[in-house]
Amino acid sequence: MSVENAEHGGGGFAIDPMHQFEIKTYFPLQLGSIDASFTNSSLFMVIAAALLTILMLAGMSRRAMVPGRLQSIVELSYEFIANMLRDNVGTAGLRFFPFVFTLFMFILALNLLGMVPYSFTVTSHIIVTFALAFFIFIGVTILGFAVHGFGFFKFFVPHGVPAYLLPLVVPIEVVSYLTRPISLSVRLFANMMAGHTVLKVFAGFVIALGAFGYLPGLLPLAFMVALTGLEVLVAALQAYVFAILTCIYLNDALHMH
Amino acid sequence: MPQLEFHTFVPQLVWLVIVFGYLYVMMSRVALPRIATVLEERRDRIADDLDQAEQFKRQTDEAIEAYEKALAEARAKAHEIAQETRDRLHEETERQRLAIEARLAEKIAEAEKQIAATKEAALANVRTVAVDVADAIVAQLLGEADRSATERAVDTELK
Repeated sequence: MSVENAEHGGGGFAIDPMHQFEIKTYFPLQLGSIDASFTNSSLFMVIAAALLTILMLAGMSRRAMVPGRLQSIVELSYEFIANMLRDNVGTAGLRFFPFVFTLFMFILALNLLGMVPYSFTVTSHIIVTFALAFFIFIGVTILGFAVHGFGFFKFFVPHGVPAYLLPLVVPIEVVSYLTRPISLSVRLFANMMAGHTVLKVFAGFVIALGAFGYLPGLLPLAFMVALTGLEVLVAALQAYVFAILTCIYLNDALHMH
Repeated sequence: MPQLEFHTFVPQLVWLVIVFGYLYVMMSRVALPRIATVLEERRDRIADDLDQAEQFKRQTDEAIEAYEKALAEARAKAHEIAQETRDRLHEETERQRLAIEARLAEKIAEAEKQIAATKEAALANVRTVAVDVADAIVAQLLGEADRSATERAVDTELK
């Protein structure tokens, strides 16, 4: 509860659903002129990285011929992303396998960590998702020009479109290409933010309606349980969507549709 | 909206770069090659095992074939031996039968000869007895007898 809301809340039950997204600085840190303060966002990124490191190293520590549970998780995620790349990009895309794998596992870990009570959802911040999406956008564009040279501009001229429609179609193609980083980043950020906000709002209802008895309070609680299940699904699904769109953009750059 | 507090952007970006960079290096240098090695080894092992199984199956097939061939040969040989034995026994029996038959025929011939001799002797005796009897009867009736005339008469009757 922010100070602001505590003042305006009056009743004491007012809950600011956006409070959970606040960045709190734990250790102020200045690298030259760059503010590199260690915040709750940094903390959960580090936790995600640590968990992933433990998962990957512990999972493969035995290198068993017949995998155990942990090794199966690691191997299945490996095969999952490898197949995603093969299916969407082809064997030429396997060069980018480490990147897509890291991207998927990182976003998945951050999304799922966000489902832990009292935790912080790194991917609910537009700047993080936009940075990732913009990096992919720039990388894919450079890749497109590196592979096809100026021929990559033909990407904006679809096949089989009558010449008189080109003045209309080409700007649309260009705009849709340029908005890719925005749609990619907003999709993830908005999903995470909306889900967590709705959970918080219903949590507020539990307290507000709970004042009228157990039954009115239980109803939003039941709803919250269901929503939590949905949010876990969304967390995994959005990581998948981010990874598969990256694959599709890679394919566009390598093979031009 | 905390997402639009711009002063928080730079620290988030810095840590994103650090953590993502670390993860990328960890994945691409350490974790993923390990997984790839394990998966590769498993694929090789499975292929090897399948090869070996194929080989064993081929050996089994060969053994079965050899066994069946040996069985067929043994059966043919047994059949041959049985046939041979049967033939040999048949021949032996035939030979013994012929020998016995020959011996029997000999005995029969001998017996017949003996019967003929006996019969002849008997017939010769009949003439002498007839002559004696006839001579005696004639002597009784006539008081005297001509032996040579009686012999002639008996010979005539015996013819």
